[in-house]
Amino acid sequence: MMTSFVARSLDRGALAFLAILAGLAVLVPALNLLVPETSALHLPTYLVALFGKYTCYALLALSIDLIWGYCGILSLGHGAFFALGGYAMGMYLMRQIGPRGVYANPILPDFMVFLNWPELPVYWYGFQYFAYAALMVLLVPGILAFVFGWFAFRSRVTGVYLSIITQALTYALLLGFFRNNFGFGGNNGLTDFKDILGFNVQAPGTRAALFALSVAALMLGFVICRVIVASKFGKVLIAIRDAESRTRFLGYRVESYKLFIFTLSACMAGVAGALYVPQVGIINPSEFAPANSIEAVIWVAVGGRGTLTGAVIGAVLVNYGKTYFTSGALAPYWLFLLGSLFVVVTLALPRGVVGTFRHWKTERRERATPQRAAPVAVPGAAE
Amino acid sequence: MDARTTSALLYLDGINVSFDGFKALNNLSFVVKPGEMRAIIGPNGAGKTTMMDVVTGKTRPDTGDAVFDGSYDLTALDETEIAELGIGRKFQKPTVFDSHTVEDNLRLALKSDRRARATLWWQESAAEASRVNRILEIIRLPTVRGRLAGSLAHGQKQWLEIGMLLAQEPKLLLVDEPVAGMTDAETRQTAELLKEINRDKTVIVVEHDMAFVRDLGVRVTVLHEGSVLAEGSIDQVSANERVIEVYLGR
Repeated sequence: MMTSFVARSLDRGALAFLAILAGLAVLVPALNLLVPETSALHLPTYLVALFGKYTCYALLALSIDLIWGYCGILSLGHGAFFALGGYAMGMYLMRQIGPRGVYANPILPDFMVFLNWPELPVYWYGFQYFAYAALMVLLVPGILAFVFGWFAFRSRVTGVYLSIITQALTYALLLGFFRNNFGFGGNNGLTDFKDILGFNVQAPGTRAALFALSVAALMLGFVICRVIVASKFGKVLIAIRDAESRTRFLGYRVESYKLFIFTLSACMAGVAGALYVPQVGIINPSEFAPANSIEAVIWVAVGGRGTLTGAVIGAVLVNYGKTYFTSGALAPYWLFLLGSLFVVVTLALPRGVVGTFRHWKTERRERATPQRAAPVAVPGAAE
Repeated sequence: MDARTTSALLYLDGINVSFDGFKALNNLSFVVKPGEMRAIIGPNGAGKTTMMDVVTGKTRPDTGDAVFDGSYDLTALDETEIAELGIGRKFQKPTVFDSHTVEDNLRLALKSDRRARATLWWQESAAEASRVNRILEIIRLPTVRGRLAGSLAHGQKQWLEIGMLLAQEPKLLLVDEPVAGMTDAETRQTAELLKEINRDKTVIVVEHDMAFVRDLGVRVTVLHEGSVLAEGSIDQVSANERVIEVYLGR
């Protein structure tokens, strides 16, 4: 039954998109590991890590598109769930360092030794096990989103008010994680990772595997989103987005729908963060910065909200632009560029890149078959 | 409430609602019998929409009883629970889901399990498909079933919304200004449509258009300043001096 549901939800475009991702998951590691470094086709390891980073951002963008594009929930704090997933993974990686740290303490991470912590805080227990950490990657963002959503959606907080409190949420976490006595490394965060599941995080093979895993996670996230938006559940989400109170009067429990989709989206963002951390080698409180979450929303707007593929494409495009501009003479102007990009997209391209393309294609098809597009005469509907 | 307390389908007694000191409903009482069609008229600000808000759970009255089907206290339930009991509402401004097709609008409205996990694994059954077809016939929109609801003409949107009401299979339909902005031909057809629906459902129509109310030929309740001013046939209320003074005479 599951497979038929999945098959039904994937149209040709979605399958092509998945095929491209699968191709990249194979091609990028192959060009890095199998092609000799002297060859022109060789892909340097730093690029593999960079692409891996883009992929994680794409998964974050996908999670935002699911709630914003389909259900109209504009979260300006989704970076918080991304960062929490990242911290859960970072805690696992910290525990893997063991006695190889600067202070050679087999249990305590370096920053705890430095701060004279006598023993490991209770909430760090269990993070030496990968399975436990992986569970936390889903549970911590998921539970926070559930509790936050339970209060926000039941009190019918919507629109700009919801956006503002999501900003407050991520800002509060930013302030908390900055504090040394919070127990997550304060300002410096968690870094100096050595191993993941026994493999050196710096090794090209590990990096390639992490990239492939990130793409696999993105593909899985995409399939889950497709199944949801193609179902009747997805149609209810769009109904909520377009006319929330109408949906309520039809007898749908709007808050349950929002709560489910918001929690799922937070879990996806958490997974994205968890895959991000071993590839960039650090997680610190700046990931909670409200500006980060807003940037992620811009990726979705640029790609086209409510399109899923657009979120992925937007995340990659904008981040490629960021890499390109911030590594050159234009670096000081990047934020201005990002800001103007958002303004221009909102004014000139409100459907985003993918949305505009799809709209153009539909219009062309309708022009090609005029009898279908022409207003159908309805008996009595004379106007 | 277990025992049936009244034979009326909808029983409103002494309802008071005030917003910041303004009394929107002032000791409003009236009853609607099962199978009846009732027209509610009244000038702007008479409390028509607030009355609908109270019945559908959007607004909680300060005092008073609202009982549905003799045994359900509407003042203790929210919109979703009231919709599940079988009260459907059509808004004054047609609100259909613009980015869904006409059929999808009806599918969403069709009486079925509304819970999230049910809709996630939902597949259309043959019975549901034929119900959608049947409603498309009733609301005279079968030829535009695949069009986006947002692209429909105003009158068609009104009918689609009435169709969505029917799809919910409610016992009581609340219809707010169904013919606002319609042509004369559409208005007549809407009257026909409502009469057809009234064969097996109870209907309350709020309307400004007197010719339309006359066309319906049903019992009329006149609201004024949040309470009932007069009740009776259209001819009786049109002859009532107080009614002429506050409403018709203008």
